Amino acid sequence: MLTRETMAARLEAVGYIADADLVGVLWLMDYLQRPLLIEGEAGVGKTEVAKALAQLHQCPLIRLQCYEGLDQNAALYEWNYQKQLLAIRLREGKGAAEALEAHVFSAPYLLERPLLRAIRSPEPVVLLIDEIDRADEEFEAFLLELLSDFQVTIPELGTLNAVSMPRIILTSNGTRDISDALRRRCLYHYLEFPDMGRETRILMTRLPQISAQLAVQVAEIVAALRKEDLAKRPGVAETLDWAASLIGLKVEDLGASPQEAHACLAALLKTRDDRAAISLEVIARLTGKLEAVG
Amino acid sequence: MIGGAALAEGGLLKLSGFMALLRENEFRIGMKETQDAALLLASPASASPRLLRGALKPLCCANHEDWQKFDRLFDGYFLRRGQRIASVLVGTPPQNHQPQRRIGDAASSQGQTQEADEASPAEAQSDANPADSRSQRRTASSAQALMTRDLRHIVDADEIAKAEALAQRLAKLMRTRLTRRMRLARRGTRLDLRRTLHRSIASGGEPWQQVWRIKKPRPLRLVMLMDASGSMALYTPWFARFMHGAINAFRMAEAFVFHTQIADIGAVLKDRDLPRAMDRLGLVAQGIGGGTRIAGCLADFNRYHAKRALRGRALVMIFSDGFDTGAPGALAREMLHLRQRCRRILWLNPLIGWKDYTPEARGMREALPFIDHFAAAHSLESLAALEPWLTMQ
Repeated sequence: MLTRETMAARLEAVGYIADADLVGVLWLMDYLQRPLLIEGEAGVGKTEVAKALAQLHQCPLIRLQCYEGLDQNAALYEWNYQKQLLAIRLREGKGAAEALEAHVFSAPYLLERPLLRAIRSPEPVVLLIDEIDRADEEFEAFLLELLSDFQVTIPELGTLNAVSMPRIILTSNGTRDISDALRRRCLYHYLEFPDMGRETRILMTRLPQISAQLAVQVAEIVAALRKEDLAKRPGVAETLDWAASLIGLKVEDLGASPQEAHACLAALLKTRDDRAAISLEVIARLTGKLEAVG
Repeated sequence: MIGGAALAEGGLLKLSGFMALLRENEFRIGMKETQDAALLLASPASASPRLLRGALKPLCCANHEDWQKFDRLFDGYFLRRGQRIASVLVGTPPQNHQPQRRIGDAASSQGQTQEADEASPAEAQSDANPADSRSQRRTASSAQALMTRDLRHIVDADEIAKAEALAQRLAKLMRTRLTRRMRLARRGTRLDLRRTLHRSIASGGEPWQQVWRIKKPRPLRLVMLMDASGSMALYTPWFARFMHGAINAFRMAEAFVFHTQIADIGAVLKDRDLPRAMDRLGLVAQGIGGGTRIAGCLADFNRYHAKRALRGRALVMIFSDGFDTGAPGALAREMLHLRQRCRRILWLNPLIGWKDYTPEARGMREALPFIDHFAAAHSLESLAALEPWLTMQ
């Protein structure tokens, strides 16, 4: 098992800048062998955690995107009915019925969906169950067996235990409250927006061509914008887009070019009200402060 | 189960004390969590208090509220820091530490409050941030009728029973709504081809046994917002009783009270003991009987509470007379935002029961276009009259 320090170093090596708490909780996942539930506002990088974890352990990432109406046929397994029917027709009149039944309800006729694939993978995988709050409550209940015992039950085949222990990450946006039973089986982490220092480091890691000055300024402006009264606060991905577009416009110093900064706001603010609220004057005021500080 | 000389028994005792403290603070801690916490105590994670805090936090918290409370409780218990806060937190108590004023010395007339209200439209609520709470209290209290009205003394047993029974009945009627999601059934409106095909395997591919889908009923979420300003003083006590009944009868219901600020009172009303619930409500909702800032409170609701309270499309029930002291246009804007996020808005106005009432208050006029149903609510009978509307799918 990796120590926290190695984990932190490896996370950074794969380009994910995590704070100490997050490293701690990822270590805890391994130590207690429990799934992890991550909550936080949209755009704080919940899904990225799973991707980084997969890279850190150098194992495949299996992703299950939840949506309303997701059922176990789409998430866990399904019998390949067409193939079964064909097999039955082909063998009509030949051999005993029991043998045929055992044949069509065997592994080759099983379609593996993400959850079963994660359990049956010979090497450990990272399983990301994304936006669990979008799925129905019944689906949550059905996940419980998987999350607490790492096993699934298929009536025709019996209980399948995990071949390798998957690392399971669940994310939630809070569109619906998740049941206590599910929460109890998971570790919990609330992901906040990165602070200015961390966001600067994220920018420098993800956009190697950015100058240190611009990275600091972008992080500072975004942090200031998140404090404004916005309908949707810009996430880390938006910050990266904005910085990339500024680089594209060859902006070196935000303090000197509020017009360019404002022109690229489409990458940062994604509702009409927010665009209207952050006018050129607001941007000029924010970038003006940069000059005063720097 | 843990064993090992490394772990002193004192550590375990202390840990179980901490787990008990967490339980008192409404953390959901079971045997499994305690076991795992003991495991952590024996692991490298217990090298320093900071590390241990970081390790226990994801284990013990189950939601964002727990997450926000945890550090203070941990520091209070293990580091003896901020112990006062920790002990006050036990048992979801009132948020205010100031001595309560008696009803007698409050003696603040209605006019005074209104004046103060207009003078300083108290901004900045968010109970989530305890650091500012002191300054907030100061701004807010200048606009409030520094008074904790004791709702207990205005109850009479007969009326309680009636309000509760009505709430129960309405809850039963509204409990389910139809959704687009379908469930399987022996007979229904739509054929489930996939399942039918599956069944047909048993009969060698002859689909003589069909599987159907029908619409699945889902519980309705109810969100109640009660205006508790001075002008509503006559009606708040019995509506509070109705809310108490509804919160306990519905599987998913939320309750808020607003005047110059908005407060989530769902947890308080969940107390099944009515007098005690009313007592705690009186403490939590300080400022009852003061001025109103409907638009401001709705804005706060939309910003801080709506996402959690309205998930899955809810029926919003607003109980208010529509006398607002906010800026013109503000209420319309907030109502529009609310409208976009919920399934239906029901506005109950006690004044409708009056003879010759027309909704002329500016706030009421602004809100009207966004309301699905505008009804009287000056007595239990008028609430009961809502039944046909509430059962409408």
